[in-house]
Amino acid sequence: MNIVYHGIAVPDMKQLPPDWPGGFFWHWLVFTVIIFTFVFTLVMAFTWVERRGLGRMQSRLGPNRAGPFGILQPVADAIKVLLKEDIVPSRSDRIVHWLAPVVAFFPALLIFAVVPFQNGALLADLDIGILYVVAISSVSTVGIFMAGWGSSNKFSLLGAMRNVAAVVSYEMPLVLAVIGVVLIAGSLSMNQIVLAQDIPLILLQPLGFLIVFIAGCAEINRSPFDLMEADSEIVAGFHTEYSGMKFAMFYLVEYAEALALSAIIATLFLGGWRGPVLPPWLWLVIKVFAVFFLMVWTRTTLPRIRIDQLMALAWKFLFPLALINLAITGLQVVAWPDALPWTMIIVNFAIAAVLIVLWSRLFKVGWGRVEV
Amino acid sequence: MTLKTEPFVVNIGPQHPSTHGVFRLRTTLDGEVIVDVEPIFGYLHRGIEKLAEERTYGGIIPLTDRLDYLASMSNNMGYCMAVEKLAGIEVPERAEYLRVILAELQRIASHLIGVGAFFNDLGAMMTPIVYMIREREKIVDLFEMLCGQRLTYNFMRFGGLSQDIPEEFLPALRKFLDQMPRFIDEYDQLLMDNEIVLARSKDVGVLPAETAINISASGPVLRGSGVKWDIRKADPYSVYDRFEFDIPTGTAGDAYDRYRVKVEEMRQSLRIIEQAVAQLPGGPFRSKVPFLVRPPVGEAYAHIESARGDLGFYLVSDNSIAPYRFHVRAPSLINLTALREMLIGWKVADAIIIFGSIDIVMGEVDR
Repeated sequence: MNIVYHGIAVPDMKQLPPDWPGGFFWHWLVFTVIIFTFVFTLVMAFTWVERRGLGRMQSRLGPNRAGPFGILQPVADAIKVLLKEDIVPSRSDRIVHWLAPVVAFFPALLIFAVVPFQNGALLADLDIGILYVVAISSVSTVGIFMAGWGSSNKFSLLGAMRNVAAVVSYEMPLVLAVIGVVLIAGSLSMNQIVLAQDIPLILLQPLGFLIVFIAGCAEINRSPFDLMEADSEIVAGFHTEYSGMKFAMFYLVEYAEALALSAIIATLFLGGWRGPVLPPWLWLVIKVFAVFFLMVWTRTTLPRIRIDQLMALAWKFLFPLALINLAITGLQVVAWPDALPWTMIIVNFAIAAVLIVLWSRLFKVGWGRVEV
Repeated sequence: MTLKTEPFVVNIGPQHPSTHGVFRLRTTLDGEVIVDVEPIFGYLHRGIEKLAEERTYGGIIPLTDRLDYLASMSNNMGYCMAVEKLAGIEVPERAEYLRVILAELQRIASHLIGVGAFFNDLGAMMTPIVYMIREREKIVDLFEMLCGQRLTYNFMRFGGLSQDIPEEFLPALRKFLDQMPRFIDEYDQLLMDNEIVLARSKDVGVLPAETAINISASGPVLRGSGVKWDIRKADPYSVYDRFEFDIPTGTAGDAYDRYRVKVEEMRQSLRIIEQAVAQLPGGPFRSKVPFLVRPPVGEAYAHIESARGDLGFYLVSDNSIAPYRFHVRAPSLINLTALREMLIGWKVADAIIIFGSIDIVMGEVDR
């Protein structure tokens, strides 16, 4: 399918809608601009939605001064943070300290190279799209650990160590749950996965969705897994010693990762850009916000868990469930490839419910205890 | 290859989001586990006990406001009781009942902050504390109606109160009493059976009943360990012997029990207020007391069950207008002495919630 330009395999332009400019470099330029705009506007919208949403759920107002409904609050924050002094601790490793926010930020941006905004409209329709996402998303951890190490602050180091432990552990259930989707769709390409979803895969993979959501939240430090920047324990975790624009970069990373996770979940489980009436990109944005709302909701409701409980949840709860989910999905794909979706939906929801109940029972009677 | 680890020192505080004021925990950590801990306090020392020796008896009341600033009505009450004992001042019935109502309202307000802050330490992203501050605000509004103040009330006087309650106070209190039980149920629905709350705080920071008694802990910390000891029942003061209420106690003495005891105490306080409002007599709100009290030579000690425990005031008089010695038995400080035993062997995250579950106010610890 792919065309080779100067030795580089790029997607077939014939897949694109006719009004997209053709040619590799035009394509690259247009989509870079699109991705930058998409990420930065949505990150700004996310900070606003999160702060307003938290406000509503906590029976307070949230930001409401800058612009109507406080909609310009992200702009005001950006200006404030740009004008702030950049303080570098005297005993820090300056180069690592400087480089960390950049290293942490770019992977979050790179993920969007394979997120389809509509049929075929993506920067690179890689055949291994989802593998690319999994690989790239872990690189942020390096940046975060650099921040923790380079700051020469004990709180930062504790936060960074927690982050590495969490990412290493949660990568496993995440990948295994994603393979379930790949089995059903029959492709690793993000665009093909969306095309394969005549019904959103959340209906066929309810357990997979939950595992990806939980493990994803743990990887990007969303509450209740925000141990890496637990404000009540280790002040601000890895970014304790950051201020000014470098802090803003980490703030951006946090929301860009949330956006990336929402986009991946929307693409894998909620049918991506597919939907009636509205334009495809708008459907994607709506689904992204739906997933993000779920994150805000859990953030307001749940307290934080402890590091050993975090590990136990990954290795003793999510990992076995992801394996079982994978086995059952494989069995279903092989044994009943032509089964009616509606029967499979009922069967899969029943299996998910039974497994979760059983496993949480086991978890409670001692399986959940670990020594770290 | 064997990797060697070595413990390192982390200073939690004095400027830290969860030290409830300016408190410092000098912890030695092995990875995440606490090997040793040294609590350091005194950052908020204002010399209140010494200041009091230079002031008239009446002038000390505002100082007591600044001890436990989350429960200044209780502090006023304890101090006024000590002076009344010293000088032999009678308190009219109506004043006693109003004092009980105010002290119990204050206990609810203080426990709301205590429980909310505990959940903040658990990392519940502000939600519980904002809900609880919403309810505390109603109590603070009631107090503002009485004395115009919202934090440091300076409302009680020797022999009664500084003024009678305004007529709109009782209807507003009635409204609060009708609403509050539902809100407490709402908090329980949100928090009590939450899986993460249970996993985090059950069996964490256990204080055995024997240790609690040995360090003379009091208040919810002692009762969380299962000891049924409440000054309101054990050494009844004011008119507490006329009301029916229970003393909630925990079983395990862990952080969760201390939180539950506080919530149950709020319910009991509501019960006491209901009864006190029903029995509230008329009459004067203050007995005739000279502006400058000159107690006879002697000493007196009065203690009350404040929100944080056994709050005592000790006064020595040399028959002048200022006390010769003024001492406060601060429950926060004494409960804090259990901290080291409770923390060692737990993780940093547990240390924060154990510390939060003791519910201290630094104004009272450092004085």
